[in-house]
Amino acid sequence: MTGREDHGVDCEATIERLYHFLDGELTDDRRLAIERHLDECAPCVSAYGFEIELRQVIANRCKDHVPDSLIARVRRVLGEADAEVAGGSGAAEPEDASDILGSADSGH
Amino acid sequence: MADREHFTELAMEYMPALYTAALRMTRNPSDAEDLVQETFLKAYRSFGGFSEGTNLKAWLYKILTNTFINSYRAAKRRPEKADVEDVEDLYLYHRLGELQGADPGRSAEEEVLDHITDDEVKSAIESLPEAFRIAVLLADVEGFSYKEIADITDVPIGTVMSRIHRGRKALQKALLEFAREHGLVSVVDPAGGR
Repeated sequence: MTGREDHGVDCEATIERLYHFLDGELTDDRRLAIERHLDECAPCVSAYGFEIELRQVIANRCKDHVPDSLIARVRRVLGEADAEVAGGSGAAEPEDASDILGSADSGH
Repeated sequence: MADREHFTELAMEYMPALYTAALRMTRNPSDAEDLVQETFLKAYRSFGGFSEGTNLKAWLYKILTNTFINSYRAAKRRPEKADVEDVEDLYLYHRLGELQGADPGRSAEEEVLDHITDDEVKSAIESLPEAFRIAVLLADVEGFSYKEIADITDVPIGTVMSRIHRGRKALQKALLEFAREHGLVSVVDPAGGR
């Protein structure tokens, strides 16, 4: 309750640093101080729980299905770039780039 | 020297994440596909300069982000601002709490989150101004550290932190709007009273 002068944090300090805490970007001292506060403060734990869930929602509901055509297209373009490299006796020079890009559009 | 065939297999693992990021950046499937293809090709060509042990994912994102900024974004160069002056920390949590008059626990606030759809999360992210959108995307969707984001976007770490902070606030504001529009929260206007 009284807290140690260098370790105790209150609700205000906890909420202020909550995002950095969740990001894993605090120093050990500060992280531990917030962990200790969360151990004994129900309102802050509630806010903390909400923010964790919100992050999961944002990360998990933001996925898109990659079109098969894109995967095929990228593999083909890289394969063509690779053929250029192999055919060019191992010298991978960037100036071959425009040819490869151009030929990619005309299919295989 | 890194092996090029090996590169393709390694890099293809990041295709879903890169495509998702490209979609959020360009907000357009056709541009996103072109951006991803260009990213892979550039990465492939410069793979000789990539040293094993370096973070491949961060390296690919750096190429993606640079390519987007240089080639795909709308011509406007004026810096955009995230209007979040009125948005405090824990904005969404507090607003939902007020609206629901909820008790702590596995709460009404958290239940509202169950009803937010994929499309709503995506369009909330896409509604953010570009710099904030990229910062939030890299931090909250891809889980990069502040330092990695600073490296990927080539801005100082303090700027990264500020963009993430403001971007998250704007994102929460947008999500609350969706929750309201879809009747996920009862519309009680505390200011209006009755």
